[in-house]
Amino acid sequence: MAAFRPIANTRSATGIPTAKLAVWWLLVSEIVIFGGVLASYLMHRLGHPEWANYAVHTQTAIGATNTLVLLSSSLTAVLAHQAAQTGDGKKAAKFLLATIAGACLFLCFKAYEWHGEIEEGFVPWTNGFWAFYYTAAGIHASHVIVGAIIMAFVAKDAYAGRDLHRVENVGLYWHFVDLVWIFLFPLLYIAK
Amino acid sequence: MSVAHDHDHGAHDAHHHEMSFIEKYIFPTDHKYIGKQYMFTGMFMALFGGFYAYVFRMQLAFPNMSVPFFGRVSPMEYNAAITQHGTVMIFWVAMPVLIAAFGNFLIPLLIGADDMAFPRLNRLSYQIFLVSAVVLIASWFVPGGAFGGAWTAYPPLSADARYSLTPMGSSMWLIAVALEFAAFLLGGINFIVTAMNGRAPGMKWNDVPMIVWMICIASILFMASVGPLVAGAIMLLFDQNLGTNFFDPRRGGDPILWQHLFWFFGHPEVYVVLLPATGMCAEVIPVFARKKLFAYDTVLYTTIGTGVLSFFVWAHHQFVAGIDPRMANVFTITTVLISIPIAEMVFLYIATLYGGSIRYTVPMLWALGFIFAFLIGGVTGIYLGASGADIYFHDTYFVVAHFHYTFFPIAFIGTFTGFTYWFPKMFGRMMNETLGKIHFFGTMISFNFIFLPLFATGLGGDHRRIYNYNNFPELATPDLQNLRILATVALLVLIAFQFIFIYNTFYSMFFGPISGTNPWKATTLEWTTPENPPGHGNWPPDNMPTVYRGPYEYSVPGREDDFWPQNQQS
Repeated sequence: MAAFRPIANTRSATGIPTAKLAVWWLLVSEIVIFGGVLASYLMHRLGHPEWANYAVHTQTAIGATNTLVLLSSSLTAVLAHQAAQTGDGKKAAKFLLATIAGACLFLCFKAYEWHGEIEEGFVPWTNGFWAFYYTAAGIHASHVIVGAIIMAFVAKDAYAGRDLHRVENVGLYWHFVDLVWIFLFPLLYIAK
Repeated sequence: MSVAHDHDHGAHDAHHHEMSFIEKYIFPTDHKYIGKQYMFTGMFMALFGGFYAYVFRMQLAFPNMSVPFFGRVSPMEYNAAITQHGTVMIFWVAMPVLIAAFGNFLIPLLIGADDMAFPRLNRLSYQIFLVSAVVLIASWFVPGGAFGGAWTAYPPLSADARYSLTPMGSSMWLIAVALEFAAFLLGGINFIVTAMNGRAPGMKWNDVPMIVWMICIASILFMASVGPLVAGAIMLLFDQNLGTNFFDPRRGGDPILWQHLFWFFGHPEVYVVLLPATGMCAEVIPVFARKKLFAYDTVLYTTIGTGVLSFFVWAHHQFVAGIDPRMANVFTITTVLISIPIAEMVFLYIATLYGGSIRYTVPMLWALGFIFAFLIGGVTGIYLGASGADIYFHDTYFVVAHFHYTFFPIAFIGTFTGFTYWFPKMFGRMMNETLGKIHFFGTMISFNFIFLPLFATGLGGDHRRIYNYNNFPELATPDLQNLRILATVALLVLIAFQFIFIYNTFYSMFFGPISGTNPWKATTLEWTTPENPPGHGNWPPDNMPTVYRGPYEYSVPGREDDFWPQNQQS
C-alpha cells in the first residue's frame, strides 16, 4: 500500500517540517537515555577513584581512530544533505552510502577492540567500570547499527529521487549518534 | 516545505478508499480506532489489576482463608499480587487509557486534523504496547511465578534471582515495562508533533483546548523523565542475566542508584497521568457550568510550572533510604512547593464553577468528584513531603492511602470523566444517565471507605509490606483488623459497582439513544464533525474546520446560543 499521508502530516503550523520536528523530539528522548547512563557513570567514577586503574586498559588509539571515523561519516552525512537540497538524489545516496561505510568501519574497530579486551578477561561482569564501559558503548553501538539500517532505506529512496527531505532528518540523527560518542570517548578512554 | 505536496495520492484519495475489516479493526491507522484499542486494552488490563487488589485485600482482611476464585494466598503470591497490581494499574491502565487512548482519540479531533501526523507510527506504538501486555501476562505463568519485588523493583531484591526467587518473572516484567516505555515514547512524539504542526488554520496556541495541552505536556514530561529509567532497565536486566554489578551491593554495586533512576522517572510519572485527568476536568467543567474556563493562561502556566517542578522532587521517596539529610531538606522544600501550582489549578476550576449555571450530568459529577478526591490526596501529600513527618509515615498504610487518593482519582475518576463525556463522540450514542449516577455515587462512596480506614491503620502503625498481621501482636488488635475488613468490604462493593459501568458501556454502545453530533452543546472542534461518530478523516477533506476563537466561549452576552463553536465565523 502506498504511503498514506494525512492532512495532519502536511500541515506545518509551527513552520518546522513535520518529520524534522519529530526527529528533534526523538533526539530529546535519546538525550535523556544517554544522559541517564552517563550521569550514573560519572557519579560512580567520582565515587570510585580506583576505577582509573581499570580504565588504563582501554585502548585510546582505537577509540581515537573511531572518533575520526565517526566525525568523517558525519561530514559525508552533511554532504548528502547538501546534495539532497540541490535535488540530486543519486549524489545524496552515494554520500549516504559513504556514511554507512563509516558506520561499518566503526563497528569493525569496535568488534576488534572488544575482542581483545574480552581475551584479556575484561568482561561486563568483571567490575563496575567494565559494566559501564560495555553498557554505554553497547547502547551507542546499537544506535550506530540502527542508524546505518535507516540510512540504507533513505539512500534507496533518495537514489530514486523520492523523499529527499529524509536525508536531512537521518543526518540529524547521525550527528546525534556522533555527538554521544564525543562524550563517551573522553569519559571512557581519555580519563585514566 | 517540499514535505507538503510531493505525494499526489494523498489524503483526498485515501478518504474514499474502502477499508477491509482487517485494515479497519485489526491493524487500523485511524487515530480513533487506535484510541479505542488502547482504551479497551487498558480497561481489560484493569480487570487484572482489580483482581490482584481483591486477592491481597482478602488475604489482609481474612488471613489464610481460601480466597474465592483464587485459593489460599502464599507469601510469594501475595508479593506478586501487590507488585502486579501496581504495575498493571500504572503502566497498563493509567498510561494507556489517559495518555494513549484519550490522546489518540482527542488530539486530531480537537485541533481539527484528519489524523495523527504519523498514523503508521501510531499503529506501531499500539502494537508494541500490545506485545508488552502479552509479555507481562505471560510472566505471571512462568516457572517461579510472577515478579514480586513491588512495582518499584528495588535492588538488590530485583537484581538477583537468588533474592527474588523469580528467575524468569523478574526479567519478563522488566522487558514488558521497557517495551511499554518504547510504545509511549513513539506515541508521545506523535502527539507532540501533531499538536504542534497539525492544528487547523487559525488555531493559535491559546485556542488549543486544555486537554490537548495537558496530554502534550504530559508526553514531554514522560519523554524527559523516562530516559534514565530506560538506561536503568537495561542495566538491571544485565544485572539479572549477565551478572554485571550495577545495583547489587554484594558485588560492589549501588542499590540507591536504581532508586534515583527509578524515581527521577517515577515522580514525574505521577504528573504524567495527573495532567490528562485535570485536562478532562478543564474540558468538562466549562461545558456543564456554561461558563468560560477561568484564567486559561494561568491554568496553562501552572501546568508548565508543575511539570518543571516535578523533576526536582523525586528524592522525597528516599528520605529513609540513607540519603544525605541536607538533600532531604532541599527535596522537602521542592515537594511542598509543587503543591502551589496544583492548588492554584484546583482554585481556577472552582472559580470556573462560580456563578455558572451548573448541570449535574454524569461527566460533571465525575469532574467534581475528581477535584474532591484529588484534594484529599494532595493535602495528605504535604505530610509525606516533609521529611520529618515522612520518617514516621514511610512505608505505612498512610502512604498507601495517600497515593491511592491521587491515583484512583487520576486513573479511574479522571477516566470516567472523559469516557462519559466523549462517549457520544466515540460511539454516537448516549449512556444511560441513571445507571451513570448510580455508578458514580456507588464508586465514590465505596472508594472513600476503602482508603479513609487505611489512613487510620497507617497512623496506627500498619506497615505496607506485611502478609499477615497476625504475626505481629501489636498490630493484630481487633480495632485495626476491623478497619482492614472495612477497607476490604468497601473494595468488594466498589468492584460490584463497576459491573454497572461495564453493562452501561456495552448496552449504550449498541442500544443507547442516538446522540447527534453535539449533545452537550460544546464549543470545541470535535463536536462539529458532520458524521457522528466521525468517519475516516473526521471532516470532508475539502471542508476541514477553520478556527476563529478560543475553546471555551460559553454564555457570551448578546448571542442567541449560549455556546459559540470555535469554527463558527460569526
